[in-house]
Amino acid sequence: MAVSNLVKQFGRFAALRGVSAEFAPGRLYAILGDNGAGKTTLLRTVAGLARPTRGTVTLLGSNEIRAVCHRIGYMAHPSLLYDEMTGMENLRYFASLYGVADDRRCADAIRAVKLDPGLERPVGQYSQGMRQRMSLARALLNDPEILLLDEPFSNVDIHSAQEMVGLLAAMRKSGKTIFVVTHQATLLENVADEFVWMDAGQIVKRTQQLAVST
Amino acid sequence: MNKAPNITAATLVKDIRLEWRSKDAINAMLFFSLLVVVIFSFAFDPRAEESRQIVGGLVWVAFLFAAVVALNQTWARELRNQVLDAYRVSPAPANSIFLAKALGNFLFVVILEGLMTPLFVVFYNLRALGPVWQMVPVAALGTWALVVNGTFFSAMSLRTRSREIMLPLLLFPISIPALLAMVRATSAVLTGEESTSFWIALLVAYDVVFTIVSLFLFETVLQAE
Amino acid sequence: MKRAFPILAVLTAGFLGYAGYQALFVAPTDQMQGDVYRIIYYHVPSAWTSFVFFFTNFVASIVYLVRRNPKADAIAVSAAELGVVFCTIVLVTGPIWARPVWGIWWTWDWRLTSTLVMWLIYVSYLVLRRFSTGGQAPVLAAVLAVIGALDIPLVYFSIWFFRTQHPQPVIGEGGSVDPRMLHVWLINWAAFLCLGGLVFWARYRVETMQQEVDETEALESLLQPGGSR
Repeated sequence: MAVSNLVKQFGRFAALRGVSAEFAPGRLYAILGDNGAGKTTLLRTVAGLARPTRGTVTLLGSNEIRAVCHRIGYMAHPSLLYDEMTGMENLRYFASLYGVADDRRCADAIRAVKLDPGLERPVGQYSQGMRQRMSLARALLNDPEILLLDEPFSNVDIHSAQEMVGLLAAMRKSGKTIFVVTHQATLLENVADEFVWMDAGQIVKRTQQLAVST
Repeated sequence: MNKAPNITAATLVKDIRLEWRSKDAINAMLFFSLLVVVIFSFAFDPRAEESRQIVGGLVWVAFLFAAVVALNQTWARELRNQVLDAYRVSPAPANSIFLAKALGNFLFVVILEGLMTPLFVVFYNLRALGPVWQMVPVAALGTWALVVNGTFFSAMSLRTRSREIMLPLLLFPISIPALLAMVRATSAVLTGEESTSFWIALLVAYDVVFTIVSLFLFETVLQAE
Repeated sequence: MKRAFPILAVLTAGFLGYAGYQALFVAPTDQMQGDVYRIIYYHVPSAWTSFVFFFTNFVASIVYLVRRNPKADAIAVSAAELGVVFCTIVLVTGPIWARPVWGIWWTWDWRLTSTLVMWLIYVSYLVLRRFSTGGQAPVLAAVLAVIGALDIPLVYFSIWFFRTQHPQPVIGEGGSVDPRMLHVWLINWAAFLCLGGLVFWARYRVETMQQEVDETEALESLLQPGGSR
């Protein structure tokens, strides 16, 4: 994946001010930085949710994100699920958006995040940890090559968070490319291949280790 | 493979199921419809002779208010938890969700009309002097005209402040030809004094034009960020 | 622009003066309405001018949707604003004319009514621009402009049919058009186009300058010398 001179303006505010970078496949990147640094905007632009004001995004060999969107999985801090439906119902619906009509795929995805496919409770009654894990299951439905996760561990209990990290590590081993925006960098300390630091709409530093520095 | 018609059907079924489970919008709307008819009965005396002349307009203004309240909650569930992002990120075509939402709104508004019409007939002692069957195409075409633009503008208003006021603000001026047609056709049927054919033809033209335009432009509106 | 603008402004003022003189003194007096009818030389050319601007807005909006060129958006918003201004002139001169001639302020004449609806549509366009969040105003407004422009013919047609069934006093029709009147109409239209074009140019320049300011402000680094942020 590569971004070139990416600028994203919201009226008078530029969330991204000329971001250029290349990212290799099969690695896990942790994107870190203060609030307002542009991490979420970068992720949304790469996911195709926000249209760049200037610059290009190249994903899986294509300049057109819509052309490869079936190979991307996206997850954010809100659950992107319907509170009034059960986990299976939610996944069944979102699977249909990808042309997948297979109940087993949905059940497998739910089991992969260590949840029970048979749970009849509506998602709105889940704990935050369960909800985030179900959201991750939704992001995995289409077996994406690239995963874009925006603050997946926010407000999540430590057990669920560690489950998710373990799952991400396993997926990275199987060749997926993963981008995680997070404030809790320590969770990914031993799992991430690279830490990408952003500030004021630009990438300022890329490190292999999570160094304890200013 | 996207299987677009399946996505429309799946979305529509999902919306109906969700609405059936929570019933929050439909219950409020039912009561709202009754209230509207009662209020109108106080504002426009049903016993007066002039009422028969204007009731065509009355009915459609009442339907319009009910429709706006229904349209304003089109995307309510998708906004909670940012579900719309999940849709936008998927390869599903934007038009599938538009059609599903428009059809859902159409069903919803038709149900409301079905409830309000007998109330109007009763409160205003309505008798149609013209061909009553013509009300079916008029109501169907007219409702679709309101709903197709209403669903489109409700999506547009997602990206604005004062969402609830933007929808009617955008919808009303654009709908004027269709409203005129609905009102004149309804009056024609009630008074039996005019022919509805021009107005039905106008509604057909309006519906065709704006359905095509909405389908063409919805993706732009949905992905505007 | 700084040099050309004042010269053009003076020329336009002169032209308007000439056109006004034509309208008030040279054009023949109407047989039925007397001198009151002379307001038609403001009423009708304003309507034609507003159509020109709204059509410009339509084309510019389509161009913007296809190419996302900010200059197209600047043209679109300037044209819409000018169109609304001239449309307002039509709606104000209508009653001013109707009152002495027919004794009522508003006649629901089909042209005036349709113009009112057109005014409403483009005012809603301007409101949408102001209320859009996240910098999406140009896209959303362009979409609305296309929808509105396609609606206008339907508006005019439906109201025309409605009014021919229920005849009302019609503004602008009464007897045949004296060729000398047509001549004055066209002169006034040309003068209004000059005025409109001049103000449009100024508005367009303001808009493009505002776009540049916004962009520069947005991209300017927040890092101050000697510290971070």
